[in-house]
Amino acid sequence: MKKIEAIIQPHKLEDVKEALKGIGIDGMTISEVRGHGRQKGHKEVYRGMEYQVDLLPKVKVEMVVSDERASEVVQAVVASARTGKIGDGKVFVYDVAEAIRIRNDDRGDGAL
Amino acid sequence: MQYRVVWAALLAPALALAQSTPAATEARIGNLEAAVKSAQSAGDNSWMLVSAALVLMMTGPGLALFYGGLVRRKNVLSTMMHSFVLMAVVSVIWAIVGYSLAFGTGSPILGDLRYLFLNNVGAAPNADYAATIPQQTYMIYQLMFAIITPALISGAFAERMKFSAMLLFSVLWLFIVYFPLAHMVWGKGGLLNAFSGGSIPCLDFAGGTVVHISSGVSALVCALYLGKRKGYMSEPMKPHSLVLSVIGACLLWVGWFGFNAGSALAASSLATSAFVATHFATAAAVLGWLLIEWIHNGKPSVLGGISGAVAGLVAITPASGFVKPFPAMLIGFVAGIVCFLMVTAVKSKFGYDDTLDAFGVHGAGGTIGAILTGVFATMAVNDGLKDSSGKTLGLGLIDGHPGQVLNQAIGVAISWGLAIVGTLIILKICDVLIGVRVSVDQELEGLDVSMHGEEGYNLET
Repeated sequence: MKKIEAIIQPHKLEDVKEALKGIGIDGMTISEVRGHGRQKGHKEVYRGMEYQVDLLPKVKVEMVVSDERASEVVQAVVASARTGKIGDGKVFVYDVAEAIRIRNDDRGDGAL
Repeated sequence: MQYRVVWAALLAPALALAQSTPAATEARIGNLEAAVKSAQSAGDNSWMLVSAALVLMMTGPGLALFYGGLVRRKNVLSTMMHSFVLMAVVSVIWAIVGYSLAFGTGSPILGDLRYLFLNNVGAAPNADYAATIPQQTYMIYQLMFAIITPALISGAFAERMKFSAMLLFSVLWLFIVYFPLAHMVWGKGGLLNAFSGGSIPCLDFAGGTVVHISSGVSALVCALYLGKRKGYMSEPMKPHSLVLSVIGACLLWVGWFGFNAGSALAASSLATSAFVATHFATAAAVLGWLLIEWIHNGKPSVLGGISGAVAGLVAITPASGFVKPFPAMLIGFVAGIVCFLMVTAVKSKFGYDDTLDAFGVHGAGGTIGAILTGVFATMAVNDGLKDSSGKTLGLGLIDGHPGQVLNQAIGVAISWGLAIVGTLIILKICDVLIGVRVSVDQELEGLDVSMHGEEGYNLET
């Protein structure tokens, strides 16, 4: 099993969800996060007080899929989240040791 | 034939009047006079009661929202509480002794105790102040000014002053600064009262000196005495909700019509004139601030726009009942630009931490307004100032009375002096008795939790 963690632009979330639905992936967890990579932030000024805001709003999408589906899912996320500009985000793929469905104790791929 | 009937109908009452005795005529005229007086009183009183309510609305929710939005999330409640609690504290003190000290006929510096516990403050008008409304109306209207003035100062010490110290400070400040200054400028026989034989005749229609210079300058003293907030200039201290601040500023704008137009103390054409001057000055001040900010920073900000509005409202306050619409606009425009420079260039040059710019807006705006009142005040707007023979006197420089600018400057200097000395003494007293500043831990935790045991936003519950 692989965990796929994508950090994307908030406004691309709907596109990513649609793309994943298109290839039959229903389960995911998303969270609102802040961060930056190479992207520069922006300047805010409040009555002369300047603030460099470099941690920008992003959305983190996490899902765990079977080994054989992993590359297909990564393709779908990358294609749907891309605008071609700095700040589009990154995708990380991890190995997952075990998955357990809490409701009935299913294990492994069957729990996904 | 028809005409004859009409004539007869018209003549009948006239004949009846002619036939009635002189005594009965007297009585009818007396009744008529009483009815006219009562109608005028009803009109004036209704406007003044509405004005009193509008001025209270400036403190809560107006100022509470304006200030509350500008602080960090952890201090929103404590900041709003500064304004809110004063609505209660000042009211009680006002009823017991405050009104009497401000408006009793005492010395040129301070009133006496004739209205202690609101004694003799009832339905009968007090002709020294407002001859057509119950004195009780005048009393409650003036109370609303006494509430907002210490609330304005709280902008300077927000996010770091102990609640207990803030209460003690505000109470002492009323006695040492506000009541004397209100008496000097507006009280019968007050030192600076141009309309009541003051020896330094100063023009302050609605409180440029009494409310805005006094609070703004005291705010600067507080900011300097308390020192900077922890992390000032090194940690982000962005306003947590400019949305609240926009709503608050708009409520201030509307409430200010009660503050300025209400200061005519009657539903008169002077009230209309003050209303108009207030509105145009504010509009021009918004544009002044936005313009210089746009040039200076490349972007016109919403916070800039609402700050400009407050600066304009402050600056027009002393002038509102004395100036025509276009001088009013000029006053507002100048205030918008000067106050922008105060809260940006001047504040950063001197490095004081006036949290919400109470000094930069109220101190500076009030001073500009007070001086420019001496320039643009005209008897064409306000013919209330007369010499002993009853002749209407010119008011400001444009009436050919340049000496008024000097009078205004002296009034400004007295207000600054009293605010500085009084506030320093009071802060020292508070510091010795209970300490003025919260501990570092309390400041980091936020005053909402450390002072009040609550949080403003429990969105997860």
